[in-house]
Amino acid sequence: MRTICFYFQVHQPYRLKPYRFFDIGDDHYYWDDFLNRSVMRRVAQKCYLPMNALLLDLIERHKGAFKVTFSFSGTFMDQMEAYAPDVLESFQRLVATGQVEVLSETYGHSLASLKSKEEFSRMVDQHRDKIKQLFNGYTPKVFRNTELIYSDKIGEMVHDMGYTGVLTEGAKHVLGWKSPNFVYQNSIRPELKVLLKNFRLSDDIAFRFSNKTWSDYPLTVDKFISWVNAIPKSEPVLNLFMDYETFGEHQWKETGIFDFMRALPEAVLSKTDFGFSTPSEVLGQVDAISPIHVPIPISWADEERDLTAWLGNDLQDEAFDRLYELEKTVRQLDDPDLIRDWNYLQTSDHFYYMCTKFFSDGDIHSYFSPYDTPYDAFINYMNVLSDFVLRIKEKKKEVESVE
Amino acid sequence: MRVLMFGWEFPPHISGGLGTACYGLVKGMVHHDQEVIFVVPKLWGDEEPLADFVNASDVTIDYREKKFKSIWKNLTYLEVSSFLVPYLGPEEYQKFTDYAIHDRADVDESIFTNKYQFSGKYGKNLMEEVSRYALTAAQIARDRKDFDIIHAHDWLSFPAGIAAKEISGKKLVAHVHATEYDRSGESVNPPVFEIEKAGMEAADHVVAVSQLTKNIIVNRYGIPAEKVSVLHNAVLDASIIKSKYEKKVPEKIVTFLGRITFQKGPEYFVEAAKKVMDRDDNVRFVMAGSGDLLNRMIDRVAELRMGHKFHFTGFLKGDDVDHMYAISDVYVMPSVSEPFGIAPLEAVRHNTPTIISKQSGVAEVLQNAIKIDFWDVDAMADAMFALLHYQGISKMFKELGSEELKNLKWEHVAAKLVKIYEKTLAQ
Repeated sequence: MRTICFYFQVHQPYRLKPYRFFDIGDDHYYWDDFLNRSVMRRVAQKCYLPMNALLLDLIERHKGAFKVTFSFSGTFMDQMEAYAPDVLESFQRLVATGQVEVLSETYGHSLASLKSKEEFSRMVDQHRDKIKQLFNGYTPKVFRNTELIYSDKIGEMVHDMGYTGVLTEGAKHVLGWKSPNFVYQNSIRPELKVLLKNFRLSDDIAFRFSNKTWSDYPLTVDKFISWVNAIPKSEPVLNLFMDYETFGEHQWKETGIFDFMRALPEAVLSKTDFGFSTPSEVLGQVDAISPIHVPIPISWADEERDLTAWLGNDLQDEAFDRLYELEKTVRQLDDPDLIRDWNYLQTSDHFYYMCTKFFSDGDIHSYFSPYDTPYDAFINYMNVLSDFVLRIKEKKKEVESVE
Repeated sequence: MRVLMFGWEFPPHISGGLGTACYGLVKGMVHHDQEVIFVVPKLWGDEEPLADFVNASDVTIDYREKKFKSIWKNLTYLEVSSFLVPYLGPEEYQKFTDYAIHDRADVDESIFTNKYQFSGKYGKNLMEEVSRYALTAAQIARDRKDFDIIHAHDWLSFPAGIAAKEISGKKLVAHVHATEYDRSGESVNPPVFEIEKAGMEAADHVVAVSQLTKNIIVNRYGIPAEKVSVLHNAVLDASIIKSKYEKKVPEKIVTFLGRITFQKGPEYFVEAAKKVMDRDDNVRFVMAGSGDLLNRMIDRVAELRMGHKFHFTGFLKGDDVDHMYAISDVYVMPSVSEPFGIAPLEAVRHNTPTIISKQSGVAEVLQNAIKIDFWDVDAMADAMFALLHYQGISKMFKELGSEELKNLKWEHVAAKLVKIYEKTLAQ
């Protein structure tokens, strides 16, 4: 039997408060508690709680035939503990059914994989510990990097950390004529299997579902099933990867997205030869068909499916380089307060806010940004970073004087 | 002597430096027992009662006066031919063009409403307000015959000055605080330039806030040099400000504070900052203010990879300005063209050593500051480095600068102005 792999990214960044030049050296608290809390509560009401309830219902109804997969960023888990214990509880209940797989990633939802192996693996370790702590000792076996960022080199690091599989985007420019609906393998470490997102069918749900100018609007379950059935028989896996906030937040309840999801599993099971699996199961059941070569990193963001949402313009590169200059010192100092802010400052969203690709994907960027312009985002981030640098210097002096 | 003075704003309701200068000048005049009738488009009621204030919005215009019509006719071209606000929405543009198509010279008497409510701001109706203001000025000049001379501040009130002169036959002094060349470089706004030129030509004498401005008036507007006097601005309060603010960062701070526009030369500050930063790790740069070049400056700072030590604060007001001066170790004003520039004097009051461009009027009166050409970023970087590192020079600037301020009093300016009046009246 062929299989559908549903994977949801669950992530919230710690957004910075408006931090002024005058605050540098004086105010060491950077986070906008009010905004972060209100976003968390809003999304909890609109998405996490109703969708978790729906998934739990589907899992119980289909008795082992319906499965889903999540990744939780560390910044999301910390905020969930602080602002939404009810959401945490409902996720714990889902994981406890045994039909839900949880993936590994970096704690800070960071871009560390592009910069430093040491920092990357430190963050992955910290994330694994957090998952264990929140989900009754659960240990993730499959990896997915921030925003599905992947390259041959990143795959190599992931394999060396002990993972057998990784998720990424089925980017057109990497696949060419090939189909994303197979299992591939890393070109440096063939032992690492690679699952590719079917971006057409995934984005039909995640982005186009309520788009009235789309020629296939409205998306009904029957229509979606006909597309699933149109997949050539030789292709064994359909990877539907998307933001969890698709349900109820990006696509509002009024669009019918919950009804769509409520009806989909049964239709898949009765009208197609597909079932549902988690990535670990897919890796165990399906052999890799060939290596996939990804010399330059890809991601699932924007039309380009590359890194330009986070890096590339001067604002982003300056902020990114200044941040990672601190890497070794922060790890050496190993101070819990500093590590906490260090994790949160690495979150990719901060760089996303500085993106200046206004005309193609800019509207998506501005939807997710708490700032009016990328310039405001840069100024605020750099002010915070300047204070962070001062704190590191202070701490270093303190430590050295003790020694 | 009694002076009929036309301004555009008066403290506390000001949005530019013009109001502050008018305030200082009136205060100085009062010190010398001179009487001032001060007209502004809009009075708020909380102005300090230094002068005999006239609120132009309260003046009832008797539109049957034949002379007014001829004045109005001469002014209408201002309104219909100029779009001072470059970006109008489609609806607003429609409104504007409808207005323009209408032949204003033929408008019947109903257009002359008895009173006109001025906003007194620098909005999109600026040209309309400027010409209405002139009409009001004519009425005031006819009603009040008890003045000896007319004094108009900057182009906004030049038409008012001209109209008052026409009605009363009294002499007119045109006071130039800034020219269109300072504001816009070579791309001057023709209607504004025309008004400035007409004002200076109609005036019996022209007063410029600096030699620099006088040169522009002579060279660009073709006014004979002997008709132009230089009258530098002064400070209202020369005392040293003891601020409660303390610096929270260990590094030294070099500050640019002003509008981030072409006129203020922010890009030269950025380039000089880079040169200093390459040699000195213990310094932060701050660009405080807002303007159309802000985003370009942020881009450049990121491109030069100095965002970690170069900060932008956005527009500062009130207490924050004081705060910024107080924590600065060096203040830089790299203006490309600054008729006067009062800000460096504020920096001196905070005991902050300053670097000013030679292209600023204030360079003519402030001796204890480093003066550089705005374009010479190497010299600017050297000056920053010197003031940051060589205590001798910054200490000297602090001591002597505050002494110098004490001589920059509005009383002295007013005394000079009275002499200019006397000379003009005797012509």
